[in-house]
Amino acid sequence: MNLLIFTPVLPEIAITIVSMFLLIIGVFKKNEKTYSTISNLAILSLLVVLFLIFSGSVPKGVSFGGSLITDSFSLYLKTLILTSSIIILIVSNIYLRNINLLKFEYIILVLLSVVGMMIMVSSNDLISLYLSIELQSLPLYVLASIRNKSSKSTESGLKYFVLGALSSCILLYGLSLIYGYTGSIYYNEIASNLSEYDVGILIGVAFTLAGFAFKISAVPFHMWTPDVYEGSPTTVTAFFAVAPKIAALGLIVRILITAMPNLIADWQSILILLSIFSMLLGAFSAIGQRNLKRLLAYSSISHMGFALMGVINGSFDGVRSLSLYMLIYLVMSLALFISIIALKTNDEHIENIEDISGLAKINPVMALIISILLFSLAGIPPLAGFFAKFYVLYAAIDAKLYYLAIFGVLSSVISAFYYLRIIKVMYFEESAISFDPISKRLKTIIYLLTAITLLFFLRPSIFINFAGTASASLFI
Amino acid sequence: MIVVSLLFYLFSFIMIASAFMVILSRNPVHSVLFLILCFFNSAGIFLILGAEFLAFILVIVYVGAVAVLFLFVVMMLDVEFKSISSTVISYLPIGLTIGVIVLAELMLVLFTWKRDYSVTDNLSITTDKQYSNTEIIGLVLYTDNILFFQLAGLILLASMIGAIVLTVNHRPSAKRQDINKQVERDAESSIKNIDMKPGSGI
Repeated sequence: MNLLIFTPVLPEIAITIVSMFLLIIGVFKKNEKTYSTISNLAILSLLVVLFLIFSGSVPKGVSFGGSLITDSFSLYLKTLILTSSIIILIVSNIYLRNINLLKFEYIILVLLSVVGMMIMVSSNDLISLYLSIELQSLPLYVLASIRNKSSKSTESGLKYFVLGALSSCILLYGLSLIYGYTGSIYYNEIASNLSEYDVGILIGVAFTLAGFAFKISAVPFHMWTPDVYEGSPTTVTAFFAVAPKIAALGLIVRILITAMPNLIADWQSILILLSIFSMLLGAFSAIGQRNLKRLLAYSSISHMGFALMGVINGSFDGVRSLSLYMLIYLVMSLALFISIIALKTNDEHIENIEDISGLAKINPVMALIISILLFSLAGIPPLAGFFAKFYVLYAAIDAKLYYLAIFGVLSSVISAFYYLRIIKVMYFEESAISFDPISKRLKTIIYLLTAITLLFFLRPSIFINFAGTASASLFI
Repeated sequence: MIVVSLLFYLFSFIMIASAFMVILSRNPVHSVLFLILCFFNSAGIFLILGAEFLAFILVIVYVGAVAVLFLFVVMMLDVEFKSISSTVISYLPIGLTIGVIVLAELMLVLFTWKRDYSVTDNLSITTDKQYSNTEIIGLVLYTDNILFFQLAGLILLASMIGAIVLTVNHRPSAKRQDINKQVERDAESSIKNIDMKPGSGI
C-alpha cells in the first residue's frame, strides 16, 4: 500500500502518536519533573506540526476514501487551533503549578482534544464529523472537572457532560435524517442528492444545527456556558473559549456550504435567529455579572452570535469575514484570559471584578493592556476587534440583512457598557490590596497578543489575505 | 413472509412497551430489567433483518456488560423514589410541549414522505452469500473504515484516561500490592526463629 495517501493527515497522525508516547512516559516515570518534561515535549511537537502546516509541506487533498479533506480552509483553522493550544499549554504550566494541580494527564487530554478538533475542521462526511466531535468533547468534559477536589469544578464537568451528551443525541438524530433522505454520508453526494424539497431533510438540518449550536454555545443552547466557564480551572476555560469554538464554526461552515448549498434559504433563517439571540442575550446577561469568568462566558456567547453572521450569507465574503473574526477573537480572548490568570493577590487568583479595582495605580501597564483588550472586544476602532466586527457586519449588509446588522451594532453598544465598567473599576476605584509580580513568560505572551490587537490596523491586509485564501478553497 | 411481519410487530410492540416501562416504573431495578428486555427485543429485530452479528453484539455488550453495570450502580446508589416522581410532575408541562412539537414534526415527515427508490437503492448492501455477516463487517472495518475505527478507539482511550484521572486517589497510607517485592521474598528473609522464654511476650 502506498503510504503517500496518508500525508494530508500527517499532522493528526503525528499528534496522536505523540500523545500516546507521552502517556506511556507519564505512566512509567512518575516523579516531580514528569509534568514539565511532558509539557515541554508536547509543546515542542505541536510547534513542529504547526511549522509543517505553516511552511506548506502538508499536501492538500482527500484521504481515507473522501472522509477527510485537507484544503486551505482546514489548514488555516488547524493553524489557529494549534496556536491556541500551544499558548494554553505554556500558560497551564505556570497556572497549574500555582494551584497545585500538576497532573500530566491534562496534557494528554489537551492533545487528544486537539486531534479531535483538527479532524473536525477537515471532516468531509457525517461519520467522521460525529466521531471527531466526540473525540474533541470527551477530553474537554474531563478537563472541566480535572480539579476533582473542588465541588464547582466537578459540577461544571458533570453539567457539561450531561448537556454535551444530550446535544450529541440531537445531532446524531439530525444526521441520521440527513443520511436517510440523501442516501449518502459524503458531503458532495449529499449536496447532489438534496435537490428535491423535503420536510424530513429540513427537520434533519434543524436538529443538526441545534446540535452544533450547543457546541458553540449559541442561544438558546447556551445554558451550560457560564457555569462551566466559572467552575473549570481558568486555563481550561480559556481553552474552551477559543479552540473548540473555532473548530465547531469551521465544521458548521464546511457542512453548510459544501453539503447543503441548495437549502440556504432554510438554514439561513435558523442561523439568523441563533445569531440575533446570541448577540442580544450575551450583551444583556453580562451586565449583571460580578464574576469575571462568567462575564467572559456571556461575552463569548455574544461573539459567537457575531461570528455566525458571517456564515448566514453563504458567500465568499461572509466566510472570509468569519475566518478573520475567529483569528482576531482568538488573539483578543486568549490575551484577556491570560491577563486574568496572571493577576494574583497573595497567591490567590482573582475571580471577581472588584478584585481588580485600583489596578491602574499599582500596575499601570497591566491596566492599560486589559483596557486595550476590552476596548478591542467591544469593537472600538482602530483596534483589531473593530475590524472583526466591521467585516462581519459588512457581510450581513451585503446579504441585504439590514435588521441583522442593526441588531449587531445595538448589542455591540450594550456590551460596550459592561466592558467599560471593568475599565472604570480599574481606573477610578480605590483598593488596598496589592498584586503579586507577573512571571516573565506570561508577560511575553500577553504583550505579544496585545501588540497584534493594537497594531492590526497598520497592515490588516496580511491577515485578510490569509483568511481570504483560506476561505476561497471552499468555493471551487 | 407473514411470520416475519408478525415477529417484527411482536418484537417492536414488546420493545416499545418495555421502553415505556423503563421510564415509568418506580423501582429503578425494575427499570433496568425492562431495559434488558428492550435490548433483547431489538436484538430480535436485528435477527429478522439478517444482521446476526449486530444482534449478538447487542446482547453481549448491552445486556452482558452495560445493563449489569447499571444494575450494580442502581443497587449501590439507593435512589430515593419519592423525589423522582415529584420532579416528574413539575417538569411535565414543558416536557409535554416539547414532546408534542417533536411528535408533530415526525408526523409531518411521515405523511409527506415519498419513497424515492433511487436513493434507497444506494443504501442496500450487496450481500454476497459466500460471506457471513461477521466476515463482511470484518472485511470493511479494518480497510475502508479504518479511520472511523481508529477514531472510536481514540475516544475510548480518552474516556479511559478521564475515568482514571477523575477517580484514582493516591493515598500514601493505602496498602498496595508490589509484585516484585512478593516474588523476591524467600523463607530466610521472611521467617525468623525466636527463642521464647516461658511466661513472657514478644
